[in-house]
Amino acid sequence: MLLISCPYCGPRDEHEFAYGHEAHIARPTLEQQQTMSDAEWADYLFMRKNPKGVHFERWVHSRGCRQWFNVARHTVTHEIVKVYKMGEPAPKLEQK
Amino acid sequence: MANAYARRSALQHFGLTAAAAKGDVAGADLLIGEAAHRTIVNIRGDGGDAFKAAVRSVTGAELPVTPNTTAAAGDFRILWLGPTEWWVVSANVDSAKLADDLRQAFNGQHAAVIDVSESRTVINVSGPSARDVLARGCSLDLHPRVFGPGQCAQTGLTKANILLDQVSDNPSYDIYILKSFADYLWQWFWLVGRDFKFAIRAH
Repeated sequence: MLLISCPYCGPRDEHEFAYGHEAHIARPTLEQQQTMSDAEWADYLFMRKNPKGVHFERWVHSRGCRQWFNVARHTVTHEIVKVYKMGEPAPKLEQK
Repeated sequence: MANAYARRSALQHFGLTAAAAKGDVAGADLLIGEAAHRTIVNIRGDGGDAFKAAVRSVTGAELPVTPNTTAAAGDFRILWLGPTEWWVVSANVDSAKLADDLRQAFNGQHAAVIDVSESRTVINVSGPSARDVLARGCSLDLHPRVFGPGQCAQTGLTKANILLDQVSDNPSYDIYILKSFADYLWQWFWLVGRDFKFAIRAH
């Protein structure tokens, strides 16, 4: 069981949260969309990092305040390196 | 709003009034009861000065902007649900009137008012063993040093999603539960309550 610190509610059990998806996937701008190839679209839609290490991901506090936020989690150790609000940039982390 | 004569509480089929009459309330260390038909109005907005002023003008209470806290004034209680979402609850003010008053107070603002009274019922749990009972199904730390009156939390209690509101340091907790889950949660209290000296209290 992970203990996740919601940026609003503080530390709560994992079962109160739901995992969303990888964070910081920028949707192509309207201009980019005019000239994008199918391969680039596929890359945006389907290709994910799947790292062995720190992964930036979106979680939602679904049984609590229902807010989305970002979590930097190590995919091997499950260590939660950082929790930060929506709109904040991905933190620079030292390699573990 | 449903007419008063047509309303059934979510736990009415358990015959709580009759059960309460038979219970040993004085000798119990755990009291549970249903506070049915509570007025609950959901309000959404940015929580800014104009929004706060509108809420104050209707309820007399200051909007709680600290996460998981409550405010109370007169007949009203305001519960923090999220950074842009609150509940205004009341035991005796008509929900349609409260929703209308709030809607008028928010006139011109980017805000939403929804009467959700009929979606929930309230199970009140109190007495010296209340914390021990909740600890059997709730992962929150309810020790007085971290959770006390003036705080609320949306969390899980056994398999149900609840809003927990500590109303006094007896301790006494109001548990807001979806009506469709109320039967399940009541039976869970009935089950774990057998390990304590528990009695049903009429509300």
